[in-house]
Amino acid sequence: MTLTVTDLIVDHGAIRAINNISFRVEEGQLAAIIGANGAGKTTLLRTLSGLTPATGGSASWHGTELLYSKPEKLVRRGVSHVSEGKSVIPELTVEENLNLGALWRKNSEEAHESHEMILDTFPRLRERLGQLADTLSGGERQMLSIGRALMSKPSLLLLDEPSLGLAPLVVAQIFQSIRTLTAQMGLTVVLVEQNAMSALKIADIGIVLNLGRIAASDSSEHLIANPQVRAAYLGY
Amino acid sequence: MYKFLNTILIGITSGAIYSLMAIALVLVWRSTRVVNFAQAGQALLSTYIGYAVIQKYHSFWLALLIAMLAGAAVAALIDAIFMRTLFKRAAQGPIAGVAPIIATLGLLGLIRSLLGLFVGGKEANIRPPVSNIGFTISGHTLAFSPLKLLIVTSVLFLMLVLSLIFQHTNVGLALRASAYAPEIARLSGIKVDGIRTLGWALAGGAGAAAGMLQTPDGNGALSPDSLEFSLLLVFGFIAAVIGGLESLVGAVVGGLVLGLVLAFVLTYISGSLVFITAFVLLIIVLLVKPSGLIGTRGGRRA
Repeated sequence: MTLTVTDLIVDHGAIRAINNISFRVEEGQLAAIIGANGAGKTTLLRTLSGLTPATGGSASWHGTELLYSKPEKLVRRGVSHVSEGKSVIPELTVEENLNLGALWRKNSEEAHESHEMILDTFPRLRERLGQLADTLSGGERQMLSIGRALMSKPSLLLLDEPSLGLAPLVVAQIFQSIRTLTAQMGLTVVLVEQNAMSALKIADIGIVLNLGRIAASDSSEHLIANPQVRAAYLGY
Repeated sequence: MYKFLNTILIGITSGAIYSLMAIALVLVWRSTRVVNFAQAGQALLSTYIGYAVIQKYHSFWLALLIAMLAGAAVAALIDAIFMRTLFKRAAQGPIAGVAPIIATLGLLGLIRSLLGLFVGGKEANIRPPVSNIGFTISGHTLAFSPLKLLIVTSVLFLMLVLSLIFQHTNVGLALRASAYAPEIARLSGIKVDGIRTLGWALAGGAGAAAGMLQTPDGNGALSPDSLEFSLLLVFGFIAAVIGGLESLVGAVVGGLVLGLVLAFVLTYISGSLVFITAFVLLIIVLLVKPSGLIGTRGGRRA
Protein backbone atom coordinates (compact mmCIF):
# COMPACT_ATOMS: atom_id res chain seq x y z
CA MET A 1 0.00 0.00 0.00
CA THR A 2 1.43 3.27 -1.10
CA LEU A 3 0.00 6.74 -1.45
CA THR A 4 1.11 7.83 -4.89
CA VAL A 5 0.51 11.37 -6.09
CA THR A 6 1.52 12.08 -9.69
CA ASP A 7 1.59 15.42 -11.53
CA LEU A 8 -1.22 16.80 -9.41
CA ILE A 9 -2.68 20.16 -10.48
CA VAL A 10 -5.45 21.96 -8.61
CA ASP A 11 -6.91 25.32 -9.64
CA HIS A 12 -9.00 27.65 -7.52
CA GLY A 13 -10.66 29.67 -10.27
CA ALA A 14 -7.81 31.50 -11.99
CA ILE A 15 -5.30 30.67 -9.26
CA ARG A 16 -3.16 27.55 -9.52
CA ALA A 17 -3.09 26.34 -5.93
CA ILE A 18 -1.20 23.09 -6.60
CA ASN A 19 1.22 23.22 -9.48
CA ASN A 20 2.27 19.82 -10.78
CA ILE A 21 3.45 17.97 -7.71
CA SER A 22 4.38 14.29 -7.30
CA PHE A 23 5.33 12.33 -4.18
CA ARG A 24 4.99 8.95 -2.52
CA VAL A 25 4.21 7.92 1.04
CA GLU A 26 4.93 4.28 1.88
CA GLU A 27 2.60 2.22 4.06
CA GLY A 28 2.96 2.98 7.76
CA GLN A 29 4.87 6.18 7.17
CA LEU A 30 3.99 9.54 8.64
CA ALA A 31 4.55 12.29 6.10
CA ALA A 32 4.63 15.92 7.22
CA ILE A 33 3.64 18.55 4.65
CA ILE A 34 5.02 21.89 5.76
CA GLY A 35 5.17 25.35 4.26
CA ALA A 36 3.94 28.89 4.68
CA ASN A 37 0.36 30.09 4.54
CA GLY A 38 -1.00 29.81 1.01
CA ALA A 39 1.53 27.16 -0.01
CA GLY A 40 -1.32 24.84 -0.96
CA LYS A 41 -1.16 22.46 2.00
CA THR A 42 -4.84 22.48 2.86
CA THR A 43 -5.83 22.33 -0.80
CA LEU A 44 -3.65 19.25 -1.22
CA LEU A 45 -5.41 17.43 1.62
CA ARG A 46 -8.86 18.50 0.49
CA THR A 47 -8.10 17.19 -2.97
CA LEU A 48 -6.90 13.85 -1.64
CA SER A 49 -10.11 13.35 0.37
CA GLY A 50 -12.41 14.29 -2.50
CA LEU A 51 -13.62 17.63 -1.13
CA THR A 52 -11.91 19.75 -3.78
CA PRO A 53 -11.86 18.65 -7.43
CA ALA A 54 -8.45 18.32 -9.10
CA THR A 55 -7.63 19.92 -12.42
CA GLY A 56 -5.20 17.23 -13.52
CA GLY A 57 -2.90 14.42 -12.49
CA SER A 58 -3.62 11.38 -10.41
CA ALA A 59 -3.48 10.16 -6.84
CA SER A 60 -4.08 6.65 -5.61
CA TRP A 61 -4.16 4.83 -2.32
CA HIS A 62 -4.19 1.05 -2.20
CA GLY A 63 -5.52 0.82 -5.74
CA THR A 64 -8.25 3.40 -5.12
CA GLU A 65 -8.19 6.49 -7.32
CA LEU A 66 -8.60 9.42 -4.93
CA LEU A 67 -9.30 12.22 -7.37
CA TYR A 68 -12.74 12.62 -8.93
CA SER A 69 -14.27 10.60 -6.08
CA LYS A 70 -16.62 11.67 -3.30
CA PRO A 71 -15.44 11.94 0.32
CA GLU A 72 -18.24 9.70 1.57
CA LYS A 73 -17.02 6.99 -0.82
CA LEU A 74 -13.37 7.42 0.05
CA VAL A 75 -14.14 7.03 3.77
CA ARG A 76 -15.40 3.54 2.94
CA ARG A 77 -12.07 2.85 1.22
CA GLY A 78 -10.11 3.75 4.32
CA VAL A 79 -9.36 7.43 3.75
CA SER A 80 -10.22 9.65 6.73
CA HIS A 81 -9.75 13.40 6.71
CA VAL A 82 -9.64 15.67 9.75
CA SER A 83 -10.30 19.07 8.20
CA GLU A 84 -8.75 22.32 9.36
CA GLY A 85 -9.81 23.91 12.61
CA LYS A 86 -11.06 21.27 15.04
CA SER A 87 -13.76 19.76 12.92
CA VAL A 88 -16.33 18.79 15.51
CA ILE A 89 -20.04 19.57 15.47
CA PRO A 90 -20.65 21.76 18.54
CA GLU A 91 -24.40 21.04 18.66
CA LEU A 92 -23.83 17.30 19.10
CA THR A 93 -22.54 15.51 22.18
CA VAL A 94 -19.02 14.08 22.32
CA GLU A 95 -20.47 10.58 22.00
CA GLU A 96 -22.55 11.57 18.95
CA ASN A 97 -19.56 13.23 17.30
CA LEU A 98 -17.58 10.03 17.73
CA ASN A 99 -20.38 7.77 16.53
CA LEU A 100 -20.78 9.88 13.42
CA GLY A 101 -17.54 8.43 12.07
CA ALA A 102 -18.85 4.88 12.28
CA LEU A 103 -22.46 5.32 11.13
CA TRP A 104 -21.70 3.74 7.78
CA ARG A 105 -19.97 0.72 9.29
CA LYS A 106 -22.08 -2.41 9.17
CA ASN A 107 -20.31 -4.27 11.96
CA SER A 108 -21.28 -2.58 15.22
CA GLU A 109 -18.97 -4.78 17.30
CA GLU A 110 -15.94 -3.62 15.36
CA ALA A 111 -17.15 -0.06 15.67
CA HIS A 112 -17.40 -0.56 19.40
CA GLU A 113 -13.78 -1.77 19.47
CA SER A 114 -12.65 1.39 17.70
CA HIS A 115 -14.74 3.41 20.15
CA GLU A 116 -13.01 1.85 23.16
CA MET A 117 -9.54 2.12 21.63
CA ILE A 118 -10.07 5.84 20.97
CA LEU A 119 -11.35 6.51 24.47
CA ASP A 120 -8.37 4.64 25.92
CA THR A 121 -6.07 6.91 23.93
CA PHE A 122 -7.98 10.06 24.87
CA PRO A 123 -9.32 9.40 28.39
CA ARG A 124 -10.43 13.05 28.66
CA LEU A 125 -13.10 12.31 26.07
CA ARG A 126 -14.46 9.40 28.07
CA GLU A 127 -15.16 11.76 30.97
CA ARG A 128 -17.08 14.08 28.66
CA LEU A 129 -19.07 11.66 26.50
CA GLY A 130 -22.47 13.12 27.39
CA GLN A 131 -21.46 16.79 27.08
CA LEU A 132 -22.05 18.93 24.02
CA ALA A 133 -18.86 19.28 21.98
CA ASP A 134 -19.40 23.02 22.33
CA THR A 135 -18.23 22.79 25.95
CA LEU A 136 -14.84 21.22 25.11
CA SER A 137 -11.50 23.00 25.22
CA GLY A 138 -9.52 23.47 22.01
CA GLY A 139 -7.29 20.47 22.73
CA GLU A 140 -10.25 18.24 23.55
CA ARG A 141 -11.96 19.28 20.32
CA GLN A 142 -8.89 18.30 18.38
CA MET A 143 -8.81 14.93 20.15
CA LEU A 144 -12.49 14.50 19.31
CA SER A 145 -12.06 15.30 15.63
CA ILE A 146 -9.16 12.86 15.37
CA GLY A 147 -11.23 10.33 17.30
CA ARG A 148 -14.16 10.78 14.93
CA ALA A 149 -11.89 10.19 11.94
CA LEU A 150 -10.49 7.04 13.56
CA MET A 151 -14.00 5.67 14.15
CA SER A 152 -14.07 4.93 10.42
CA LYS A 153 -11.11 2.59 10.95
CA PRO A 154 -9.01 4.29 8.29
CA SER A 155 -5.81 3.03 6.73
CA LEU A 156 -4.88 6.52 5.47
CA LEU A 157 -5.34 9.47 7.81
CA LEU A 158 -5.21 13.03 6.46
CA LEU A 159 -4.65 15.55 9.26
CA ASP A 160 -4.96 19.28 8.64
CA GLU A 161 -3.19 21.51 11.18
CA PRO A 162 -4.00 19.69 14.40
CA SER A 163 -1.89 22.26 16.30
CA LEU A 164 -3.95 25.25 15.12
CA GLY A 165 -4.73 27.57 18.02
CA LEU A 166 -3.48 25.20 20.72
CA ALA A 167 -1.07 25.86 23.58
CA PRO A 168 2.43 24.34 23.08
CA LEU A 169 1.94 21.79 25.85
CA VAL A 170 -1.33 20.59 24.32
CA VAL A 171 0.32 20.44 20.89
CA ALA A 172 3.03 18.16 22.27
CA GLN A 173 0.36 15.93 23.77
CA ILE A 174 -1.68 15.72 20.57
CA PHE A 175 1.41 15.00 18.48
CA GLN A 176 2.47 12.26 20.87
CA SER A 177 -0.99 10.69 20.57
CA ILE A 178 -0.82 10.88 16.79
CA ARG A 179 2.52 9.05 16.79
CA THR A 180 1.22 6.38 19.19
CA LEU A 181 -2.01 5.82 17.29
CA THR A 182 -0.20 5.60 14.00
CA ALA A 183 2.06 2.84 15.24
CA GLN A 184 -0.77 1.06 17.04
CA MET A 185 -3.17 1.01 14.09
CA GLY A 186 -0.57 0.68 11.35
CA LEU A 187 -1.84 3.93 9.88
CA THR A 188 -0.31 5.87 7.06
CA VAL A 189 -0.57 9.57 7.84
CA VAL A 190 -0.32 12.77 5.85
CA LEU A 191 0.05 15.59 8.34
CA VAL A 192 -0.24 19.19 7.17
CA GLU A 193 1.34 21.66 9.59
CA GLN A 194 2.46 25.26 9.98
CA ASN A 195 4.20 24.17 13.15
CA ALA A 196 6.99 22.66 11.06
CA MET A 197 9.38 21.60 13.80
CA SER A 198 6.79 19.70 15.86
CA ALA A 199 5.55 17.98 12.73
CA LEU A 200 8.99 16.98 11.45
CA LYS A 201 9.94 15.60 14.86
CA ILE A 202 7.26 12.90 14.70
CA ALA A 203 7.35 12.42 10.93
CA ASP A 204 9.27 9.87 8.86
CA ILE A 205 9.43 12.03 5.78
CA GLY A 206 8.81 15.70 5.13
CA ILE A 207 7.64 17.59 2.09
CA VAL A 208 8.09 21.34 1.89
CA LEU A 209 5.50 23.14 -0.23
CA ASN A 210 6.06 26.62 -1.59
CA LEU A 211 3.47 28.38 -3.77
CA GLY A 212 1.98 25.12 -4.92
CA ARG A 213 5.27 23.41 -5.78
CA ILE A 214 7.49 21.01 -3.86
CA ALA A 215 10.48 23.02 -2.61
CA ALA A 216 12.15 20.13 -0.82
CA SER A 217 11.36 16.55 0.05
CA ASP A 218 13.46 14.23 2.20
CA SER A 219 13.52 12.16 5.36
CA SER A 220 12.54 14.34 8.29
CA GLU A 221 16.02 14.09 9.90
CA HIS A 222 17.63 15.39 6.72
CA LEU A 223 15.13 18.20 6.43
CA ILE A 224 15.71 19.26 10.02
CA ALA A 225 19.46 19.25 9.34
CA ASN A 226 19.14 21.12 6.04
CA PRO A 227 20.33 24.71 6.60
CA GLN A 228 18.07 26.21 3.92
CA VAL A 229 14.97 24.51 5.32
CA ARG A 230 16.01 25.51 8.83
CA ALA A 231 16.36 29.14 7.83
CA ALA A 232 13.15 29.31 5.80
CA TYR A 233 10.73 27.14 7.78
CA LEU A 234 12.09 26.22 11.18
CA GLY A 235 13.05 29.70 12.14
CA TYR A 236 16.66 29.27 13.21
CA MET B 1 -63.63 31.80 33.26
CA TYR B 2 -64.96 29.40 30.64
CA LYS B 3 -64.30 32.00 27.98
CA PHE B 4 -60.66 32.11 29.05
CA LEU B 5 -60.35 28.32 29.15
CA ASN B 6 -62.03 28.00 25.75
CA THR B 7 -59.65 30.53 24.26
CA ILE B 8 -56.68 28.53 25.48
CA LEU B 9 -58.16 25.30 24.10
CA ILE B 10 -58.80 26.86 20.69
CA GLY B 11 -55.31 28.33 20.69
CA ILE B 12 -53.67 25.01 21.50
CA THR B 13 -55.55 23.14 18.78
CA SER B 14 -54.82 25.58 15.99
CA GLY B 15 -51.31 26.09 17.37
CA ALA B 16 -50.69 22.34 17.17
CA ILE B 17 -51.50 22.38 13.46
CA TYR B 18 -49.29 25.45 12.85
CA SER B 19 -46.53 23.59 14.69
CA LEU B 20 -46.76 20.67 12.29
CA MET B 21 -46.48 22.98 9.30
CA ALA B 22 -43.64 24.85 11.00
CA ILE B 23 -41.83 21.54 11.55
CA ALA B 24 -42.20 20.77 7.85
CA LEU B 25 -40.69 24.14 6.90
CA VAL B 26 -37.89 23.84 9.46
CA LEU B 27 -36.96 20.33 8.29
CA VAL B 28 -36.51 21.53 4.71
CA TRP B 29 -34.76 24.72 5.78
CA ARG B 30 -32.30 22.76 7.93
CA SER B 31 -31.51 20.20 5.27
CA THR B 32 -31.35 22.42 2.17
CA ARG B 33 -31.47 26.07 3.31
CA VAL B 34 -34.60 26.58 1.26
CA VAL B 35 -37.83 28.17 2.43
CA ASN B 36 -40.24 25.78 0.81
CA PHE B 37 -43.30 27.71 -0.35
CA ALA B 38 -44.43 24.62 -2.24
CA GLN B 39 -45.18 23.01 1.12
CA ALA B 40 -48.72 24.43 0.97
CA GLY B 41 -49.24 22.82 -2.43
CA GLN B 42 -47.70 19.54 -1.32
CA ALA B 43 -49.98 19.49 1.75
CA LEU B 44 -52.99 20.26 -0.44
CA LEU B 45 -52.09 17.49 -2.90
CA SER B 46 -51.56 15.03 -0.04
CA THR B 47 -54.89 15.99 1.51
CA TYR B 48 -56.61 15.38 -1.84
CA ILE B 49 -55.01 11.96 -1.90
CA GLY B 50 -56.30 11.42 1.66
CA TYR B 51 -59.73 12.52 0.52
CA ALA B 52 -59.67 9.94 -2.29
CA VAL B 53 -58.76 7.23 0.21
CA ILE B 54 -61.66 8.25 2.47
CA GLN B 55 -64.05 8.09 -0.51
CA LYS B 56 -62.94 4.58 -1.27
CA TYR B 57 -62.28 3.00 2.13
CA HIS B 58 -64.21 5.27 4.53
CA SER B 59 -61.39 5.36 7.04
CA PHE B 60 -59.91 8.66 8.17
CA TRP B 61 -56.97 6.94 9.84
CA LEU B 62 -56.00 4.99 6.75
CA ALA B 63 -56.37 8.20 4.76
CA LEU B 64 -54.13 10.11 7.18
CA LEU B 65 -51.46 7.41 6.93
CA ILE B 66 -51.59 7.22 3.13
CA ALA B 67 -51.67 11.01 2.79
CA MET B 68 -48.53 11.24 4.91
CA LEU B 69 -46.76 8.53 2.93
CA ALA B 70 -47.79 10.17 -0.34
CA GLY B 71 -46.69 13.56 0.99
CA ALA B 72 -43.31 12.09 1.93
CA ALA B 73 -42.91 10.45 -1.49
CA VAL B 74 -43.82 13.63 -3.38
CA ALA B 75 -41.40 15.69 -1.27
CA ALA B 76 -38.61 13.15 -1.79
CA LEU B 77 -39.17 13.27 -5.55
CA ILE B 78 -39.18 17.07 -5.57
CA ASP B 79 -35.83 17.12 -3.79
CA ALA B 80 -34.17 14.24 -5.63
CA ILE B 81 -35.23 15.26 -9.14
CA PHE B 82 -35.97 18.96 -9.03
CA MET B 83 -33.98 20.61 -6.22
CA ARG B 84 -30.82 18.57 -6.73
CA THR B 85 -30.70 19.51 -10.41
CA LEU B 86 -31.46 23.09 -9.56
CA PHE B 87 -28.59 23.26 -7.07
CA LYS B 88 -26.22 21.91 -9.70
CA ARG B 89 -27.39 24.22 -12.48
CA ALA B 90 -27.96 27.42 -10.52
CA ALA B 91 -25.14 27.11 -7.99
CA GLN B 92 -23.19 30.11 -9.28
CA GLY B 93 -23.85 33.74 -9.93
CA PRO B 94 -26.45 36.21 -8.75
CA ILE B 95 -29.30 33.75 -9.26
CA ALA B 96 -27.89 31.17 -6.81
CA GLY B 97 -29.41 32.72 -3.68
CA VAL B 98 -32.93 33.27 -4.93
CA ALA B 99 -33.32 30.51 -7.52
CA PRO B 100 -34.44 27.81 -5.04
CA ILE B 101 -37.01 30.11 -3.42
CA ILE B 102 -38.46 31.20 -6.74
CA ALA B 103 -38.45 27.56 -7.79
CA THR B 104 -40.56 26.51 -4.80
CA LEU B 105 -42.98 29.37 -5.56
CA GLY B 106 -43.19 28.03 -9.10
CA LEU B 107 -43.83 24.56 -7.80
CA LEU B 108 -46.61 25.85 -5.56
CA GLY B 109 -48.31 27.41 -8.58
CA LEU B 110 -47.75 24.29 -10.64
CA ILE B 111 -49.25 21.94 -8.07
CA ARG B 112 -52.27 24.19 -7.55
CA SER B 113 -52.84 24.60 -11.30
CA LEU B 114 -52.58 20.86 -11.88
CA LEU B 115 -55.03 20.20 -9.07
CA GLY B 116 -57.33 22.81 -10.58
CA LEU B 117 -57.07 21.09 -13.94
CA PHE B 118 -57.94 17.63 -12.63
CA VAL B 119 -60.16 18.12 -9.60
CA GLY B 120 -61.07 21.80 -9.88
CA GLY B 121 -64.78 21.64 -10.52
CA LYS B 122 -65.53 18.77 -8.18
CA GLU B 123 -66.75 19.26 -4.69
CA ALA B 124 -64.52 17.65 -2.09
CA ASN B 125 -65.22 17.48 1.59
CA ILE B 126 -63.54 15.76 4.52
CA ARG B 127 -65.99 15.17 7.34
CA PRO B 128 -64.69 14.97 10.91
CA PRO B 129 -63.92 11.34 11.79
CA VAL B 130 -65.25 11.95 15.30
CA SER B 131 -67.73 14.40 16.77
CA ASN B 132 -66.81 18.07 16.66
CA ILE B 133 -69.36 19.01 19.29
CA GLY B 134 -67.58 20.25 22.38
CA PHE B 135 -67.31 18.33 25.62
CA THR B 136 -69.60 19.64 28.34
CA ILE B 137 -68.58 20.30 31.92
CA SER B 138 -71.43 21.02 34.37
CA GLY B 139 -73.65 22.44 31.68
CA HIS B 140 -70.95 24.46 29.90
CA THR B 141 -69.96 23.43 26.40
CA LEU B 142 -66.22 23.69 25.92
CA ALA B 143 -64.52 24.72 22.69
CA PHE B 144 -62.80 21.36 22.84
CA SER B 145 -64.43 18.47 21.00
CA PRO B 146 -63.40 14.86 20.45
CA LEU B 147 -62.13 16.09 17.06
CA LYS B 148 -59.87 18.68 18.65
CA LEU B 149 -58.67 16.11 21.16
CA LEU B 150 -57.85 13.83 18.24
CA ILE B 151 -55.94 16.60 16.48
CA VAL B 152 -53.89 17.52 19.53
CA THR B 153 -53.16 13.87 20.31
CA SER B 154 -52.13 13.12 16.74
CA VAL B 155 -49.79 16.11 16.64
CA LEU B 156 -48.26 15.14 19.98
CA PHE B 157 -47.80 11.58 18.77
CA LEU B 158 -46.14 12.69 15.52
CA MET B 159 -43.81 15.02 17.41
CA LEU B 160 -42.88 12.24 19.79
CA VAL B 161 -42.07 9.94 16.87
CA LEU B 162 -40.02 12.67 15.17
CA SER B 163 -38.06 13.49 18.29
CA LEU B 164 -37.35 9.79 18.88
CA ILE B 165 -36.07 9.51 15.31
CA PHE B 166 -33.92 12.61 15.63
CA GLN B 167 -32.49 12.01 19.09
CA HIS B 168 -32.20 8.25 19.33
CA THR B 169 -31.54 6.70 15.93
CA ASN B 170 -28.55 6.59 13.62
CA VAL B 171 -30.62 8.15 10.85
CA GLY B 172 -31.52 10.96 13.22
CA LEU B 173 -27.86 11.52 14.02
CA ALA B 174 -27.06 11.61 10.30
CA LEU B 175 -29.93 14.09 9.75
CA ARG B 176 -28.69 16.41 12.47
CA ALA B 177 -25.04 16.17 11.42
CA SER B 178 -25.91 16.87 7.78
CA ALA B 179 -27.97 19.89 8.81
CA TYR B 180 -25.35 21.39 11.11
CA ALA B 181 -22.16 20.60 9.21
CA PRO B 182 -22.58 18.96 5.81
CA GLU B 183 -18.84 18.84 5.14
CA ILE B 184 -18.01 17.06 8.38
CA ALA B 185 -20.94 14.73 7.74
CA ARG B 186 -19.55 13.83 4.30
CA LEU B 187 -16.07 13.30 5.72
CA SER B 188 -17.67 10.93 8.24
CA GLY B 189 -19.05 8.84 5.40
CA ILE B 190 -22.65 10.09 5.49
CA LYS B 191 -24.33 10.28 2.09
CA VAL B 192 -25.58 13.80 2.62
CA ASP B 193 -27.62 13.99 -0.59
CA GLY B 194 -29.72 11.01 0.43
CA ILE B 195 -30.11 12.32 3.97
CA ARG B 196 -31.34 15.65 2.56
CA THR B 197 -33.97 13.86 0.55
CA LEU B 198 -35.01 12.04 3.70
CA GLY B 199 -35.36 15.41 5.46
CA TRP B 200 -37.65 16.55 2.65
CA ALA B 201 -39.65 13.33 2.94
CA LEU B 202 -40.19 13.78 6.69
CA ALA B 203 -41.25 17.37 6.00
CA GLY B 204 -43.67 16.22 3.29
CA GLY B 205 -45.22 13.76 5.75
CA ALA B 206 -45.58 16.40 8.46
CA GLY B 207 -47.12 18.89 6.02
CA ALA B 208 -49.59 16.26 4.81
CA ALA B 209 -50.62 15.53 8.39
CA ALA B 210 -51.16 19.26 8.98
CA GLY B 211 -53.42 19.44 5.92
CA MET B 212 -55.38 16.30 6.81
CA LEU B 213 -55.97 17.45 10.39
CA GLN B 214 -56.75 21.07 9.55
CA THR B 215 -59.39 20.38 6.91
CA PRO B 216 -62.06 18.65 9.06
CA ASP B 217 -61.35 21.15 11.86
CA GLY B 218 -62.43 23.95 9.52
CA ASN B 219 -65.38 23.72 7.18
CA GLY B 220 -64.09 20.47 5.67
CA ALA B 221 -64.05 21.76 2.13
CA LEU B 222 -61.11 21.20 -0.21
CA SER B 223 -60.39 23.23 -3.30
CA PRO B 224 -57.28 23.78 -5.43
CA ASP B 225 -57.28 27.48 -4.57
CA SER B 226 -58.00 26.81 -0.90
CA LEU B 227 -57.41 29.89 1.24
CA GLU B 228 -57.03 27.65 4.30
CA PHE B 229 -53.89 26.05 2.87
CA SER B 230 -52.34 29.40 2.01
CA LEU B 231 -52.96 30.52 5.58
CA LEU B 232 -51.53 27.24 6.84
CA LEU B 233 -48.31 28.05 4.99
CA VAL B 234 -48.21 31.63 6.23
CA PHE B 235 -48.96 30.74 9.86
CA GLY B 236 -46.60 27.77 9.73
CA PHE B 237 -43.89 30.05 8.43
CA ILE B 238 -44.52 32.67 11.12
CA ALA B 239 -44.43 29.92 13.76
CA ALA B 240 -41.15 28.61 12.34
CA VAL B 241 -39.58 32.08 12.43
CA ILE B 242 -40.80 32.71 15.98
CA GLY B 243 -39.10 29.43 16.90
CA GLY B 244 -35.84 30.37 15.23
CA LEU B 245 -36.29 28.51 11.89
CA GLU B 246 -33.57 26.00 12.83
CA SER B 247 -35.12 24.24 15.77
CA LEU B 248 -37.83 21.58 15.84
CA VAL B 249 -38.58 22.39 19.47
CA GLY B 250 -38.73 26.04 18.43
CA ALA B 251 -41.23 25.19 15.69
CA VAL B 252 -43.54 23.62 18.26
CA VAL B 253 -43.17 26.50 20.68
CA GLY B 254 -43.64 29.01 17.85
CA GLY B 255 -46.82 27.24 16.69
CA LEU B 256 -48.32 27.23 20.16
CA VAL B 257 -47.40 30.86 20.85
CA LEU B 258 -48.94 31.92 17.56
CA GLY B 259 -52.05 29.79 18.09
CA LEU B 260 -52.64 31.18 21.58
CA VAL B 261 -52.00 34.81 20.66
CA LEU B 262 -54.37 34.59 17.69
CA ALA B 263 -57.04 32.85 19.77
CA PHE B 264 -56.93 35.59 22.40
CA VAL B 265 -57.13 38.31 19.78
CA LEU B 266 -60.07 36.52 18.16
CA THR B 267 -62.01 36.06 21.40
CA TYR B 268 -61.23 39.24 23.30
CA ILE B 269 -60.59 41.85 20.64
CA SER B 270 -61.81 41.23 17.11
CA GLY B 271 -61.71 38.56 14.42
CA SER B 272 -60.69 41.18 11.89
CA LEU B 273 -57.42 41.78 13.76
CA VAL B 274 -56.20 38.15 13.56
CA PHE B 275 -54.09 38.55 10.40
CA ILE B 276 -52.69 41.89 11.42
CA THR B 277 -51.66 40.40 14.76
CA ALA B 278 -49.94 37.45 13.10
CA PHE B 279 -47.86 39.68 10.86
CA VAL B 280 -47.13 42.21 13.59
CA LEU B 281 -45.91 39.32 15.73
CA LEU B 282 -43.68 38.15 12.86
CA ILE B 283 -42.22 41.61 12.38
CA ILE B 284 -41.65 42.14 16.10
CA VAL B 285 -39.82 38.82 16.42
CA LEU B 286 -37.69 39.58 13.36
CA LEU B 287 -36.81 43.05 14.66
CA VAL B 288 -36.33 42.26 18.34
CA LYS B 289 -35.03 38.71 18.38
CA PRO B 290 -34.28 37.52 14.83
CA SER B 291 -32.80 34.25 16.10
CA GLY B 292 -36.26 33.32 17.37
CA LEU B 293 -37.77 33.00 20.82
CA ILE B 294 -35.73 29.98 21.84
CA GLY B 295 -32.86 30.39 19.42
CA THR B 296 -29.45 30.09 21.06
CA ARG B 297 -26.47 31.81 19.43
CA GLY B 298 -27.64 31.87 15.85
CA GLY B 299 -30.52 29.67 16.80
CA ARG B 300 -29.13 26.26 16.03
CA ARG B 301 -30.48 23.50 18.17
CA ALA B 302 -31.89 20.02 17.66
